[in-house]
Amino acid sequence: MRDMTIGQYYPSNSVVHRADPRFKLLILILFIVTVFFCESFFSFGFMTFFVIVTILLARVPILKVLKGLKMIIIIVLITTLLMTVFYTDPNSKPLAEWGIFHIYLNGIYAAIKLAWRLLLLVLMPTVLTLTSTPTELCDGLESLLSPLKKIKFPVHELALIMSIALRLIPTLIEETDKIMNAQKARGAAFESRNPFKKIKAMLPVLIPLFVSSFRRADDLADAMDSRCYRGAKGRTRMKKLHCRVSDVVALLFWCAVTVCVLFLNYNWFGWGFIAVLGL
Amino acid sequence: MPFLEFSNVDYSYPSGDDGYIQALKSVSLAVERGEFVALVGCNGSGKSTLARLANGLILPDYGVVSVDGKSTAEKSNLYEIRKKIGVVFQNPDNQMVTTIVEDDVAFGPENLGLPPAEIRERVDWALDCVGMRDYATSGPTRLSGGQKQRVAIAGVLAIKPELMILDEATGMLDPDGRKEVLDVVTRLNRKENMAVVMITHFMEEAAQADRIIILDRGGVTADGGRELFQTPEVFTRAGLDLPVYVRVAQRLKSAGADIGCPLSVQDFVAQAARAVKGGGERRD
Repeated sequence: MRDMTIGQYYPSNSVVHRADPRFKLLILILFIVTVFFCESFFSFGFMTFFVIVTILLARVPILKVLKGLKMIIIIVLITTLLMTVFYTDPNSKPLAEWGIFHIYLNGIYAAIKLAWRLLLLVLMPTVLTLTSTPTELCDGLESLLSPLKKIKFPVHELALIMSIALRLIPTLIEETDKIMNAQKARGAAFESRNPFKKIKAMLPVLIPLFVSSFRRADDLADAMDSRCYRGAKGRTRMKKLHCRVSDVVALLFWCAVTVCVLFLNYNWFGWGFIAVLGL
Repeated sequence: MPFLEFSNVDYSYPSGDDGYIQALKSVSLAVERGEFVALVGCNGSGKSTLARLANGLILPDYGVVSVDGKSTAEKSNLYEIRKKIGVVFQNPDNQMVTTIVEDDVAFGPENLGLPPAEIRERVDWALDCVGMRDYATSGPTRLSGGQKQRVAIAGVLAIKPELMILDEATGMLDPDGRKEVLDVVTRLNRKENMAVVMITHFMEEAAQADRIIILDRGGVTADGGRELFQTPEVFTRAGLDLPVYVRVAQRLKSAGADIGCPLSVQDFVAQAARAVKGGGERRD
């Protein structure tokens, strides 16, 4: 439970750390869209290359980044497996068959692409949270969404809720550990192999966690009130967001990457070798 | 006109199905600018209720709480009142809004709508005051309890209040953490002339204050300087324990060796040493 990497900032002074959080968020959105555009292995490889470059530029330990993947590795494995055995391709013969399960060559390719896509989709947000503080992210989000204020959308409140949620993740994990230990001391069995029993055993953990979360929320609200919080009204920021030339360059660069991926996907110019590599 | 004034304040809160619990009964007290007050009482004496009444988190059922002449009952006064009275709560984990120390300290001044340069200045100053400047960019999860509470104090300090209330702010800390916090608060009172109301049930901490108010079952039973320690009954009647050195001094007194009323361990040692030396000379 303590290995959660999402929402954990890794302090450093790299180019990626210093970049404007608004641009980082925009690039992330662009990246996610592009990952969904990826069709060929060539384009996946191309994207992965730039992700690795970003991680190297961010100077965060690879181990920290990989820890972020640990959470979803089981989901990736299960979906890959299901994709492999249930993929049907009417145009070719299956490589193997057991009852309702078939394995096609194209099925294997599709499964690998799915896994690759999922891993890319988790990697970049992990890099984002490792290189930007929750405050930066929230300020960035608030600034990006600020046009919505015109239609009375509570942008500031939304950003603050997100910030507090990120802030409380480690605290609640710690609390869960404490409660689980307390219940273990009273004889609760969390190690049961039966999944239903396991879920039932979690109930006495969840209820105290709920109660204490509400108490925490009350305390935090009091502390915020005491520190003159009045919502967005008349509030200023210590750290103003500054957009630099390098931020714009980075965004344009990722736009170029997206265009390249579109080219690599489709054999528009009759480049046979890309079609071959693209499988 | 006193800075913080409670006049005839009643407060009760609903409890279970059987009605209300009267937390405060016609409490009247006043705190002046620059004072260092310890508010002591055992659990359920109403001392935390008093803190929450002072900055308008709750309103009295009867009577008036006023800060600088402005009543907390008037909603439009609350913002001004909270600028003048800062409250540090018991659990440091429940007071942090963000994950970076300096961002959290900046939360208060940001709410005041100050220009960024001034917020920066105040944050640096506040962190210097509590000796946490080196941790400005780290996350609170890596700090000890005492350090976290010092950050919470810095967060209140950055608003530059005239009075700081510490609501059992040392209650969850180990002895080292308690000393850290107490030292910071004492220094702020002496150097920055900030008024401090320290709510506590540790008598060793109360002995640091210039004035002690004892609260017992919702009423003020004693209010005076450190000389209160010479009448131990007022503490024991309220269910409070006296510091060990005060109790030893009392025993010595009843055994015929009056060394006065010590206010700290060092005090006790000095007074006892003087008495022993004095006694020795007489024997010669």
